[in-house]
Amino acid sequence: MMDQDACQPTPGAPCPSGENNGRREFLGAAVAAVATALTGCGKLSKEEFLQHNFRELSKEEVLTVIERLEKEYKEKYGKDVKVANTPALPGVMFGYALDLSRCIGCRRCVHACVKENNQSRDPEIQWIRVLEMEKEEGVNLQVAEQYYNPAEVPREGHFYMPVQCQQCKKPPCVKVCPVGATWKEKDGIVVVDYNWCIGCRYCMAACPYGARHFNWGEPNLPSKDVNTDTHYLGNRPRAKGVVEKCTFCVQRTRKGLYTACVEVCPTGSRKFGNLLDKESEIRYVLENKRVFKFKEELNTQPNFFYFYGV
Amino acid sequence: MTTLRNFSRFVTDTLRMVTTGGPVYYAWVAFLLLLIAFGANAYIGQIHNGLLVTNMRDQVSWGFYIGNFTFLVGVAAAAIMLVIPAYIYDWEPIKEITILGEMLAISALVMCLGFVMVDIGRPDRFWHIMPLVGRLNWPQSMLAWDVLVLNAYLVLNYFVVTYLLYCAYTERHYVKKLVTPLVLLSIPMAVSIHTCTAYLYNGLASRPFWNSAILAPRFLASAFCSGPAILLILLQILRKTTKLSIKDEAIFKIAELMAYTMGFNLFLTAAESFKELYSGTEHMVYFQYLLFGLKGHNTLVPYAWASIIFGAIAFILFLVPKTRTNWVTLNIGCVLIYASVYIEKGMGLIIPGLTPDALGEIYVYTPSVTEISVAAGIFALGFLVFTLMLKAAVPMMLGEFTISRGRKGAQPAKSEGHA
Repeated sequence: MMDQDACQPTPGAPCPSGENNGRREFLGAAVAAVATALTGCGKLSKEEFLQHNFRELSKEEVLTVIERLEKEYKEKYGKDVKVANTPALPGVMFGYALDLSRCIGCRRCVHACVKENNQSRDPEIQWIRVLEMEKEEGVNLQVAEQYYNPAEVPREGHFYMPVQCQQCKKPPCVKVCPVGATWKEKDGIVVVDYNWCIGCRYCMAACPYGARHFNWGEPNLPSKDVNTDTHYLGNRPRAKGVVEKCTFCVQRTRKGLYTACVEVCPTGSRKFGNLLDKESEIRYVLENKRVFKFKEELNTQPNFFYFYGV
Repeated sequence: MTTLRNFSRFVTDTLRMVTTGGPVYYAWVAFLLLLIAFGANAYIGQIHNGLLVTNMRDQVSWGFYIGNFTFLVGVAAAAIMLVIPAYIYDWEPIKEITILGEMLAISALVMCLGFVMVDIGRPDRFWHIMPLVGRLNWPQSMLAWDVLVLNAYLVLNYFVVTYLLYCAYTERHYVKKLVTPLVLLSIPMAVSIHTCTAYLYNGLASRPFWNSAILAPRFLASAFCSGPAILLILLQILRKTTKLSIKDEAIFKIAELMAYTMGFNLFLTAAESFKELYSGTEHMVYFQYLLFGLKGHNTLVPYAWASIIFGAIAFILFLVPKTRTNWVTLNIGCVLIYASVYIEKGMGLIIPGLTPDALGEIYVYTPSVTEISVAAGIFALGFLVFTLMLKAAVPMMLGEFTISRGRKGAQPAKSEGHA
């Protein structure tokens, strides 16, 4: 039933079934009107309201949804935003390694990530949080400082530990989601369907890495800052009231590019690649360096590793 | 056919009854409606601006709403506190007030669902969580379990209350074969709603404060004192204002049971605190934040100790027969228990669970004006539901208002719709 409702006439998008059930349309419109009142903005279309979970949409439905989203973004930002839905590549499992002995805590990764992934600018949502820690203490969260602001980094006696989504093999956030709005893709990336998330924030309580972020208000993304190269499950502009997180720049990495944070890092602390490719740099790091996983005792089994390169 | 006609009479008579009453009743209902309007207004603002108007943030992503939700699940579960002795031990004095416990459960559940609804970021997508229509992540998500059991418990209590009242209204004795199994079923259901809610927190390895095996037992123990504490005060009010006869014996018996559960609750709290503080692992920080403050942040400290001290005093008041059977000390004890559990199972559970956050940051959370206003509206809604149910139920339970009696008196009465 939902499948057919999801393809109710969007101008220019032919409905594959060709049906036009007047009564259902009326009901859908009525419910959508109530729902619009609940969102607090007058923009919720019936199509958006009735859209089903991304994993349950047929290929045609996905295309219809994307067409609708691109139109909405065009109206909102005045730019041609491209929303891709590139699937996971076969034979690929993304892995990440971060060299704690090289990282200087400059936070260029934090800002490159915001720029790439269309996060809200004010308040700014940051998918990467850099922790300043004391060398004497080692990795100890109770003495970690996120709001360090010295004239120059690195500070004497300190080291830096950037934390972002660890793309766990056993993600607790996915397990707890009551509506299945978040899941692990075949290439290991944990994604969110921003159009299905109900904003209960259970995943945020479940994540041991503080990697999930909520749009507490309407995301503030100026048109001039919009990155138009987006992915449905990645950096497309989000709405108020939904959760978001690092996706290993799915819009880039599925095209064979590096993530924005890897590309910008001035010290080469960040290594990224295909864990299934024996020749990859990430495999080299895993095989030749001593790596550890953050909060290993929780058995979340991250595909994100930390190591001491020198 | 007769049943159908009688039932429609039952419904219309009930509606008429809840819309007519004395000046005090009207004033009370009007006051509640005003509070609801006040809360609704705050909620409209929240919908418009997003949850930004609350003081919740990424670090403390659940707050006052979910705290109240958790406390009220306990109140809803407490109905069984009265059902157990009434039906298992066949203890007559309590039996007649069981229905009041069930109505309290219904009102508490209405508030629970209200608090969940106002907490979610996208209430327009509420249908996503409905089984069959949406995509319920069951059995994986404990929240999915909670949605199911809470709604099942609501339906069950609603059915039993309606059925019992309908029987009273039609002057028939209820069918014991139908009611007894349902009431007995409500006992494990009550345990399950509170256990599920405890598991919701309990299952998160990322939050050591919640990730403790005795969380669910602690939930149950505290619920078994907070729910009856509300009922005891209520029963006394009803005794004074209606002809409902509730024996002293029943009230004292409930108070005695509360002494045991409060004692057990304090014991479990002590056991948990001892384990964390004595072993002194890194998991200790959450208890430290709650009981002593951490890095100069001690917002919760006075509340945490107030909760423990209130609980201990109430325990003694209810344990000693002399203070248990003295109306003044009994009522003081009830208020203390209510306050103690409200702190412990509300903010005292949610906030230290999330502070320090997953990366060790301390974000000091206190509810915003919007959160308090919305919460006031939801509490008023719960009280309104309870008031309306009582208004109709009490005369029916007393046999004053049935299909043959009281109706004639009800008909000439002005039936202007005040509600």
